[in-house]
Amino acid sequence: MPKGRYGIHGGQYIPEILMDEIHKLEEAYEFYKNDKEFNDELNTLLKEYAGRPSLLYYAEKMTKDLGGAKIYFKREDLNHTGSHKINNVLGQALLAKKMGKTRIIAETGAGQHGVATATAAALLGLECEIFMGKEDTIRQALNVYRMELLGAKVNAVESGTMTLKDAVNEAMGEWAKRTEDTLYVIGSVMGPHPFPMIVRDFQSVISREARAQILEKEGRLPTAVMACVGGGSNAMGMFYEFINDKDVKLIGCEAAGLGADTDKTAATMATGSVGVFHGMKSYFCQDEYGQIAPVYSISAGLDYPGVGPEHAYLKDIGRAEYAPVTDDEAVDAFEYIAKTEGIIAAIESSHAVAHLMKIAPTMSKDDIIICCLSGRGDKDVAAIARYRGVDLHE
Amino acid sequence: MSKIKAAFTDKKAVLGFLTAGDPTLKKTEEYIAEMEKAGAAIIEIGIPFSDPVAEGQMIQEANIRALSQEGGCTTDMVFDMVKNVTKTVSLPIVFVAYLNTLFRYGYDKFFNRCKECGVDGIIVQDMPFEEKNEVKEVADNYDVDIISIIVPSSEERIKEIARDATGYIYLLAPSKQQSSDEKTISDVPQIVDIIKSVTDTPVVVAVSNNSAYSSVKYKTTADGIIVGNGTVQIIGEHGADANQYVYDHVKLIVDAMK
Repeated sequence: MPKGRYGIHGGQYIPEILMDEIHKLEEAYEFYKNDKEFNDELNTLLKEYAGRPSLLYYAEKMTKDLGGAKIYFKREDLNHTGSHKINNVLGQALLAKKMGKTRIIAETGAGQHGVATATAAALLGLECEIFMGKEDTIRQALNVYRMELLGAKVNAVESGTMTLKDAVNEAMGEWAKRTEDTLYVIGSVMGPHPFPMIVRDFQSVISREARAQILEKEGRLPTAVMACVGGGSNAMGMFYEFINDKDVKLIGCEAAGLGADTDKTAATMATGSVGVFHGMKSYFCQDEYGQIAPVYSISAGLDYPGVGPEHAYLKDIGRAEYAPVTDDEAVDAFEYIAKTEGIIAAIESSHAVAHLMKIAPTMSKDDIIICCLSGRGDKDVAAIARYRGVDLHE
Repeated sequence: MSKIKAAFTDKKAVLGFLTAGDPTLKKTEEYIAEMEKAGAAIIEIGIPFSDPVAEGQMIQEANIRALSQEGGCTTDMVFDMVKNVTKTVSLPIVFVAYLNTLFRYGYDKFFNRCKECGVDGIIVQDMPFEEKNEVKEVADNYDVDIISIIVPSSEERIKEIARDATGYIYLLAPSKQQSSDEKTISDVPQIVDIIKSVTDTPVVVAVSNNSAYSSVKYKTTADGIIVGNGTVQIIGEHGADANQYVYDHVKLIVDAMK
């Protein structure tokens, strides 16, 4: 496959003004990914600072209660900063430093990637600016304050739908204006090449660990691995090392909002079509003329009208399947896993848990599922309370 | 000789820009006519897009105004407008668009309609040199020029793009001196010299995020300049009553370029 392509997807569809910088990033990454010093530094940070390896936890109560497949959770929620985002951010921030940059910028939806970026910036002594849709700064007010505590400047984006898509627009625009000292630390397996590859490589630690852990615990590979998909970084991380294990099913769970058959949805795979946006060819929610559609999900992190190009390819070749999960189902799962396993999972990850609750009972006791818990749900508690009509004073 | 090439013969070209459908398609036709009357050499028409990431705030807002009008502003409606306006306006017409607009319409159908409606060239904002072939091979079949954008870059890249350029070259000049690295050439006259060393394709200059007045200083260097933000700002301020203002503004630049 040509460089940066995943079947017909991927590519580098960006304004000329960013091309030089994208080429520099590509060169730097190709060098540092094989550089021993870089990898030693990154691995030390992942181990000593982020808390890797993350646990592979056997959810015995859920397994018994659902009465089917044996359920394991890959506990990315236990990482420092509370999500898988730190895996990628430490890699990219370290890369930025090696490239001589003094400032990193990032988009964020739920705030998880913003918090992780602000954290890495604080640790590595980089200036940091985060772009977040105004709507999301309201939904995730606590994360805004968290980023500010960490020394980052948070810009509330007021264009378009004021959500993740618009935050990406602004961050790209800001990068185009100031490349000399700045690296755009993109939060998912999306955007122009080499971003989808870089983020996937840094996130693949999830499946590298999970594969070894399940072989150690069970002596065999799982029947299926699953994760929620917005842009798709934790899912790509969860899938990657299993792609060549043809018998392992790969299942992505996308946000259907009020339902994939309504216009209040973010289910790109179920409802989208091929297009070119945010630097990549992939699936997007759009109208017949290619105007990007406003999308909706209760989850700010999955509220995105596109999906990473490698996911689009895995769907096209039938290697992975993607299932829509509604707000209602995700909130039910959020509550269920809290009460059953004592884990408050992010509303994003709860989309995967919801689908898991549907499929596990249909499988046999010999089957094994690994579900990625991409993040913890503390940030969502207030929003879930509101969803349930509880008047909560933070 | 193509219409675009003819537009640069014996004069410095002033290129007018506006966003189709801002505030209405009917007014877009009128403003194009005003630009022609004022002495513009080429008209660039932005096809409104929901997420114009390469634009500054002013043009972003024009895109929103166009799309949010009653009845919207679809690609088909823009084609119909161009077809109508080219009955009376004889200037070359160049689209400024985002690739998704072409992709969803279908490349073949899109360029077929360009030819039918009298569109001479297109600038695709998010289609760099590396990605242009999938579009160029179709555009060539319909004699529509793909206009290349050049920004401060290495000599090697400037030459690579310039060699392949058709129609004219859109040189986006930095509004301030950049100091990225030793390989990057950001001096506009120097970039133009490099371009001229490999091609005869005319070079027009736009100063990013700035008014056309700041481009006038390149009148001896470049083959033309673009009146971009200025007209869009005027249309933003005066809406449907901008005819005279659009004319005056373009006239001012045309006179300054003489």
